Amino acid sequence: MTLTREPVSTPGALAPPMRPSRYVVAARRSETYDTVTLMLRPAETPIEPPRPGQFTMLYVYGVGEVPVSVSGFRPGGSGGQVLVQTIRAVGAVTRALCAAAPGDMIGVRGPFGTDWQLHGADGRDVLVVAGGIGLAPLRPVLLTALAERARYDRVVLLVGARSPDELIFTRELDTWRRRDADVRVTVDHGGAGWTGQVGLVTRLIDDAIEDPADTAAFVCGPEIMMRLCSEALVDRGVPATDIRVSLERNMQCGAALCGHCQLGPLLLCRDGPVVSYADAAPLVAKKEL
Amino acid sequence: MAAATAIPVPRLIDAAGLEDLCQVMAAEGYHVIGPAVQDGAIVLRELSSAAELPFGWGVRLEPGGYQLRHRDDTAAFGHSAGPQSWKRFLHPPRERLWSATRTAEGFDLDGAEDDEPPRYAFLGVRPCDLRAIAIQDRVLAQPGSRYAARRARLFIVAVNCTEPGEACFCASMGTGPGAEDGAYDLALTELVDEQGHRFLVQVGSPRGADILRQVPSEPAGDATIQRARSAVAAAADRMGRHMEADGLRELMADSHQAARWDDVAARCLTCGNCTMACPTCFCTAIEDTTDLTGEHAERWERWDSCFDLEFSYLHGGSVRPSPKSRYRQWLTHKLGTWHDQFGSSGCVGCGRCIVWCPVGIDLTEEVKALRAERDQP
Repeated sequence: MTLTREPVSTPGALAPPMRPSRYVVAARRSETYDTVTLMLRPAETPIEPPRPGQFTMLYVYGVGEVPVSVSGFRPGGSGGQVLVQTIRAVGAVTRALCAAAPGDMIGVRGPFGTDWQLHGADGRDVLVVAGGIGLAPLRPVLLTALAERARYDRVVLLVGARSPDELIFTRELDTWRRRDADVRVTVDHGGAGWTGQVGLVTRLIDDAIEDPADTAAFVCGPEIMMRLCSEALVDRGVPATDIRVSLERNMQCGAALCGHCQLGPLLLCRDGPVVSYADAAPLVAKKEL
Repeated sequence: MAAATAIPVPRLIDAAGLEDLCQVMAAEGYHVIGPAVQDGAIVLRELSSAAELPFGWGVRLEPGGYQLRHRDDTAAFGHSAGPQSWKRFLHPPRERLWSATRTAEGFDLDGAEDDEPPRYAFLGVRPCDLRAIAIQDRVLAQPGSRYAARRARLFIVAVNCTEPGEACFCASMGTGPGAEDGAYDLALTELVDEQGHRFLVQVGSPRGADILRQVPSEPAGDATIQRARSAVAAAADRMGRHMEADGLRELMADSHQAARWDDVAARCLTCGNCTMACPTCFCTAIEDTTDLTGEHAERWERWDSCFDLEFSYLHGGSVRPSPKSRYRQWLTHKLGTWHDQFGSSGCVGCGRCIVWCPVGIDLTEEVKALRAERDQP
């Protein structure tokens, strides 16, 4: 192992948000045919603890860097910290990340952005709605809510995916059920051997809500799915201000410097990714904003 | 402390004093950057002498057009904004953020380069550009950043504007033609008349006072001060263009569906020239590279433009594929959502985007048209 190098604070030195911290892949778990979860341990000064919903920039040496929401975290110093990131292979960098093996080094910058603000749901029903890999940024919400289960009334998780092959964290879903989460799963296309529910996740919403005025909803998935789910929630009586969604745009710097992640008035790396649907609704409704 | 360094009244220097000022700034360790004629334009570059300033040169501007012209006097600052702005020094077009070397375990980030940020002295910053620097400060001067380090070392000699160009509208945007107090170290007002070629010098900081003390100067008489003041005031009435600034933010918010965007998109080449010439446009792209051996990797930051198709790329495609949506993004950000993000307008009225647009798109005209469209009965 090379020696850990502390960030140098000469005037010409690079501020921490732009300088990656080196992590090593401790374990790798294949979620689906194109999605992988990496457990990362710091090889030097680790990043600040991320809050649920925040994202990091992950760098593969010689390939490039991409934004990825944190899907789990265990605090601790250089040895103890574990950063969990779930990645779907959609481009050169994410393909390289998915191919990373235990022992490989990954650069990490962050954490960046806003969080889910789960504690706004104290004493109320927690409703988590996930589409596809959208469950990854929501996993910390589930884990936090179940770790402090008494703080909330009902904890409900609605999971949708295009097909059974694309469901992630499948082994954990049962664990969460045992820990008093109401977990319901649906797929768009069932295929042979699927005995569960078929249909869009939107259709699970109506049944899942008991007291709309006392429900805090956390929604993540493709933008169209978040719009439709949020509209269904609003129709069912959940106030738009009690619905939080995680939005995605091109993120490059993470520090509100590069301008790429603009969505109207928002710089999503700073003002997002997690925003209230009351703020998001007029923005995502505008074409090519 | 302040009393010891304060120079209470404006001073006067002559054209030779400009050279003294340059030499004093250089002797204090500053790289002096100022306007000079080069390649058929007035560019900004490092000056070794005040003699390199564009004495006797003016410019003729129009939408999509820029020409040097000879003035009938010897003024050094008798020209309006050129193709470049000061951002090319404070926020360079390309900058290496870090480099790394491959190791057996993975990679090693090379030690922070021991490069003391350059100390620049900007000579001849127009009030519009002074505001542009302040606007970029709000975006880029994050603690610990290279921008902040360069900015903290910067010495600014502003020049009040006495001769706005055909594309100028700083008076509309409230950024000129007089320099904002406290935004400079020294501010000059150039006077060329029957009493000769001279500069009224105002002091804006203790550092400015220190520098000025080393330059031969004399107290300015009331008549001269008055004359300088009138020259700047008169400039406000001679702006080549006007833009109704009231309610711009609301206008942009109301205009997402405007038909005018189709009209401007039919002309716009999406070349991004306006964003390169604009003194406040700050967007950058992050680029990772490796050498051929793969042993060495670097991360670079370079200017980027929201007119680029790739700018909004998200896996699967661009968020803003149409030229119309990209022009709308640029103008809406500049005049509207910049307020939400950074607490002010992003436009200073320098007119560069009008002059350097290859097809002469004039944002003051576009705003007029958007307003007319919204307000039509």
